[in-house]
Amino acid sequence: MATDILMPALSPTMEEGTLAKWLVKEGDAVAAGDVIAEIETDKATMEVEAVDEGTVGRIAVAEGTENVKVNAVIAALIEDGESADAAAAAPVAEPEAAAAPVVEAAAVVEAAAVATVPAAPVAAAPTPIEVKPASDPDIPEGTEMVSTTVRDALRDAMAEEMRHDEDVFVMGEEVAEYQGAYKITQGLLDEFGAKRVIDTPITEHGFAGIGVGAAMAGLKPIVEFMTFNFAMQAIDQIVNSAAKTLYMSGGQMGAPIVFRGPNGAAARVGAQHSQCYAAWYSHIPGLKVVAPYSAADAKGLLKAAIRDPNPIIFLENEILYGQSFDVPALDDFVLPIGKARIHKSGNDVTLVSFGHGVRYAIDAAAAMAELGIDAEIIDLRTIRPMDMATVIESVKKTNRCITVEEGFPQSGVGAEIGMQIMQEAFDYLDAPVLRVTGKDVPMPYAANLEKLALPSVEEIVEAARAVTYK
Amino acid sequence: MAKAKTTKKSAASKSTTSKAGPKTPAPKDYTKQRELEACRDMLMIRRFEEKAGQLYGMGFIGGFCHLYIGQEAVVTGMQAALIEGDQVITAYRDHGHMLACDMDPKGVMAELTGREGGYSRGKGGSMHMFSKEKNFYGGHGIVGAQVSLGTGLAFNNRYRENGNVCLTYFGDGASNQGQVYESFNMAKLWDLPVVYVIENNRYAMGTAVHRSSALTEFSRRGCSFNIPGIEVDGMDVRAVQAAGELATEWCRSGKGPIILDMQTYRYRGHSMSDPAKYRTKDEVQKMRAEQDPIERVKQRVLEKKWATEDELKAIDKEVRGIVAEAAEFAQTNPEPDASELYTDVLIEVGA
Repeated sequence: MATDILMPALSPTMEEGTLAKWLVKEGDAVAAGDVIAEIETDKATMEVEAVDEGTVGRIAVAEGTENVKVNAVIAALIEDGESADAAAAAPVAEPEAAAAPVVEAAAVVEAAAVATVPAAPVAAAPTPIEVKPASDPDIPEGTEMVSTTVRDALRDAMAEEMRHDEDVFVMGEEVAEYQGAYKITQGLLDEFGAKRVIDTPITEHGFAGIGVGAAMAGLKPIVEFMTFNFAMQAIDQIVNSAAKTLYMSGGQMGAPIVFRGPNGAAARVGAQHSQCYAAWYSHIPGLKVVAPYSAADAKGLLKAAIRDPNPIIFLENEILYGQSFDVPALDDFVLPIGKARIHKSGNDVTLVSFGHGVRYAIDAAAAMAELGIDAEIIDLRTIRPMDMATVIESVKKTNRCITVEEGFPQSGVGAEIGMQIMQEAFDYLDAPVLRVTGKDVPMPYAANLEKLALPSVEEIVEAARAVTYK
Repeated sequence: MAKAKTTKKSAASKSTTSKAGPKTPAPKDYTKQRELEACRDMLMIRRFEEKAGQLYGMGFIGGFCHLYIGQEAVVTGMQAALIEGDQVITAYRDHGHMLACDMDPKGVMAELTGREGGYSRGKGGSMHMFSKEKNFYGGHGIVGAQVSLGTGLAFNNRYRENGNVCLTYFGDGASNQGQVYESFNMAKLWDLPVVYVIENNRYAMGTAVHRSSALTEFSRRGCSFNIPGIEVDGMDVRAVQAAGELATEWCRSGKGPIILDMQTYRYRGHSMSDPAKYRTKDEVQKMRAEQDPIERVKQRVLEKKWATEDELKAIDKEVRGIVAEAAEFAQTNPEPDASELYTDVLIEVGA
């Protein structure tokens, strides 16, 4: 019988890609190992190999097709004697996430994981996620909006600031010739050259220190960590050198530096690659900690971070990189660090989150609406300094608060928020502040366990029912 | 015993570098004026440190206090090789470096006593002091951290093509920190103008170099990165200056980093609370008697009849006067205002 060839995943978080080229045509005989197609994402390019022998019976997705979902059927192989019609008749079913059918095309990449997202056959162009900037007076009414991925927004922010200021440069592993491990620095080497877009060896502690030293001398480095998990190797330079020098020098010299990179859980990368550091860095006086959710915030806040004379921890999220949001088409779109955004107004319960956690809050708010619970969502955007005024004001209205974060519960961001609400708005509370967090375990690898370890929409809804007594 | 690695007396010696690297230069020919300058500069450090030791004993200086006595020739000779704009960075045994950088003894001493007139307005202390004006970038309390930072300062020089060099000081102890080698690698990869001055005073706190280091010839620590190094008699200010001039010229000519292995010795304990159990009193006495950097200058000056005993005493007296004045200031200057607690945490961004 015909076997389906499915769109493979190139990375743990890939959801779709472009079928760039077919190297075979219908009727061609292929052997296992033959390269049959090329696939591209904004992050990488790869070849697809046949893992079985047979004849290409049907090509289901034409070359050049964009946004092909992972696990969508892209072709079918028929055995000798079978007719192409049999293949053509093969159902284009949506494969189950956990029990994906045997993948007949293997990805030639280091980490080809089974996608955890059910894939629709072929999607239209991605519609931007709607983010109502309810408390963002910085975007004038009527501003043109452009659908932009978080990835491109970050890149644009760096490029714009590098054009404005010769002292700004970017350094890190694979930021230049590779174009960024997550393609955030794509194109920067071409535009700014090797002097300002600098590939470092794999040596986080060393290049973090070099970055801080350069900043102490007045340059404005953007130090990319391939992920913040690796920045633990460099945390002494971040905390002891970058954060404290201004104070220890009596204000004589500081470190205008941005440390940025993906933070928190990606997908199926296990304990050492899936940790949220928001609470860690937010503990340190002398640092500012930014964690945007939307592309507009990513752009406006990264530009602000680069201009800020203080050391900034800029926490991104790999899962958000490829997601599109409306970004205002302004020449110089800079947002204030330290200001939360009310993502959605509501009256019954305040959900406070940041970064990827906002996604859970949005989905939970939708589910709550069906239960008649009207949630207000606050996207902190900055963890330090934390805009508690906005949170307190909201709690005074809703009298209930739930914090949502992917990090561990103990001494987490939610713990801090809960404490501050207790101090500032105790008399307004009609229920205890609840936290929905990552579980108090190292991140497991197994798909089902990972899902359990992360916060979920169900948990948030459950917490909302508890605090609203519904 | 013949190969006693750690008790080599003098090291005016061999180059231990790769084939292409420079050799240890002969000590610089000093004029009368230069000898007397060096004598005075080193005396300033010594008298300052002696006074700091006293003030610590009297409770005016708190916390940790690491004295530089014995190592004065290193910073004095190196400073003479610098030009305007060159940076200096070191770890926590930093008082001598600051005085060599021409920082005001009053401001340094007042920082030691935690007063508002200190270089960091009392918020840094002995180990964390800076002077942007004098290009002194600290004063760092984490062993080895200053090596990456100094490499970053050199990165700045390269980026701006300003012709300046960064002197990055660290000890034999810090030489075993991982980030030192991460920095070496990038410094050579990008040919950054940084002189790594390893102040090998033979003890990392109380651990002798041969007990902590698989390779005790620190001039060779850059071999894996093709960074040349030379061994220098760090007890002879003329030898230090000659090596400093060679090294800074090496960097300025675009050849990248270089290592100077300064063979020196600390007379006092690691900090004020040193048990002094890890070495004998005889060893310290022998170094003081035979190698003391200040006595060596004085002997040369007297032999050449460039100054009399009385004239040298007059220099000492002048220096003691300056130090006494600094100590007086440091004891009477007020503590920082309580409002200083919350200043300088972040730079305010224009509203």
